[in-house]
Amino acid sequence: MLNILIADDEAPARNRMRDLLSEIENVAVVAEAKNGKEALNLALQTKPNLMLLDIRMPVMDGIEAAQHAQKLEPKPHIIFTTAFDAYAIKAFDLNAIDYLLKPIRLERLQTAINKAHALQPNQIAALKPLQKMRSHLSIHERGRVLLVPIETIIYLRAELKYVTVRTAEREYLIEESLTNLETEFGERFIRLHRNSLVAPQFIAGYEKRLNQDNEQQWFALLKEIPETVAISRRQQHLIRET
Amino acid sequence: MRKNSRLPNFHNLGIHLRILLIVNLLAMMAAILLSKQIGEFFPLLAQLSALVQPILLMSMLGLYSLYPLLKKLNYWQSTVAIILLEIGFTFLVFSFINYYFVSDSNTDIVRACLLTAIVTAIVLYYFYLQERAYSPAIAEARLQALQARIRPHFLFNSINAVLSLIRKQPKRAEKALEDMADLFRVLMSENRDLVPLAQEIGLCHQYLDLEKLRLEDRLKITWQIDDMPSEAMIPPLILQPLLENAVYHGIEPMPEGGEIIVKIYTKLKELHISINNPYAPQNDHHSGNKMALKNIKERLKLHFDLEANIKTEAKQNRYEVRIRLPTGAY
Repeated sequence: MLNILIADDEAPARNRMRDLLSEIENVAVVAEAKNGKEALNLALQTKPNLMLLDIRMPVMDGIEAAQHAQKLEPKPHIIFTTAFDAYAIKAFDLNAIDYLLKPIRLERLQTAINKAHALQPNQIAALKPLQKMRSHLSIHERGRVLLVPIETIIYLRAELKYVTVRTAEREYLIEESLTNLETEFGERFIRLHRNSLVAPQFIAGYEKRLNQDNEQQWFALLKEIPETVAISRRQQHLIRET
Repeated sequence: MRKNSRLPNFHNLGIHLRILLIVNLLAMMAAILLSKQIGEFFPLLAQLSALVQPILLMSMLGLYSLYPLLKKLNYWQSTVAIILLEIGFTFLVFSFINYYFVSDSNTDIVRACLLTAIVTAIVLYYFYLQERAYSPAIAEARLQALQARIRPHFLFNSINAVLSLIRKQPKRAEKALEDMADLFRVLMSENRDLVPLAQEIGLCHQYLDLEKLRLEDRLKITWQIDDMPSEAMIPPLILQPLLENAVYHGIEPMPEGGEIIVKIYTKLKELHISINNPYAPQNDHHSGNKMALKNIKERLKLHFDLEANIKTEAKQNRYEVRIRLPTGAY
């Protein structure tokens, strides 16, 4: 039995997909989601073998959901569905990524399900340019996948091997490079120090005090959390600009 | 279509604005040429203006009131008539000035009349070129090229939604297909002529019914159109593409959807239309689709020249498009 998760923001589209799947043998719809984030959360509980992801959805689109889904155990097969998205379709064709065009035909769905496979690393890489910026960071933690909305992140700080992601509630660790994060989220964060990116709207003010080496240094005070972030000499001009 | 369609429409303020601009620019050029130093420029310009502005004012009033008569002539006749008219005005103004003010060196009236004739010819030639650029045949071709195109995204999603209804709610599926047929009939027809506002609103309702099928409660729409002049004539498919934009950029990216507010009213004989929708730039991955807006702007220009405009404004998570156009246009 193949367990399937359907994600589409339009109820009629989900109904239609369910109707079609009911005519295919050995498949079961285990969950229906209205957007990518809901799909990932439901996938954690229902462990589907196959996710049918609409591309254009609010909150989190199908392309981003597919990327986060790589952290799920077992890795689900992915088939994208779309009514029309010229760019995505071109990329899918070039990289042999499975997709279905709405309205979907039963035979096409059947064939797609039979040959569906998990996304390969090169296919994941091909999906990256289709989206500007992730809306969430996914964090793999004790067999769970946590989704942290980008707008709740106060700062990102590079540690030895990891990057610490700090929100008002807690810290998370992710295995990504700070440089890559800066490239992707440059619009949202500013670099205050070699090892830290801070969201400007969380900066409450600045203060000058002695650091661990007994030197005078500027620190950014943050809203909602007591911690401060050191500002390197090279970035001090940012204080004057704000 | 006007009979003498190459004649500039002297009942259109935009035309008069252009005349003022061109003639004054020419006067400025003349002042620059005549002045030996920059210091002489302003006094000279003032002197010239004192002669040019009365002629301009008279010709504006004259052309405005004589326009119905000029329209009856053919293009060449009307051109000659206009040049003679302008020479007449110049003659009047100069005789007046010579009689009352300047006594010594009488300003040469023949020279002034010749200059006026040339300036009038230049202005008329400008309008001739402009008219040719917008000539009926070319304008028509451009109007056709500008035919509002519906998003394939909407077409395929709607068909998909109808398919989902066929088995369980055949009645609703029927109505949806009928709406779709009506909508596409308008989209595919030659939309050259103006249509009553009420007809466009009807089309919008059919379009929104289809969107409601897909988006259900996420799509909320408020019509503030009690003061709307239903019989006012507007270019077809001005409102529908804007609503499509509002749904695509304002409703679909929101998980809970939102409200579109349409306001239509008349003020000072002008028709005002505004469409206001929620907007969150960070949710909109498909930004930069300004096609519909550009298209409508072009078509308004072809129909109303400078008398219509379209403005957009984004503030506080709302986006608004405002259109102003003359009612009872030609």
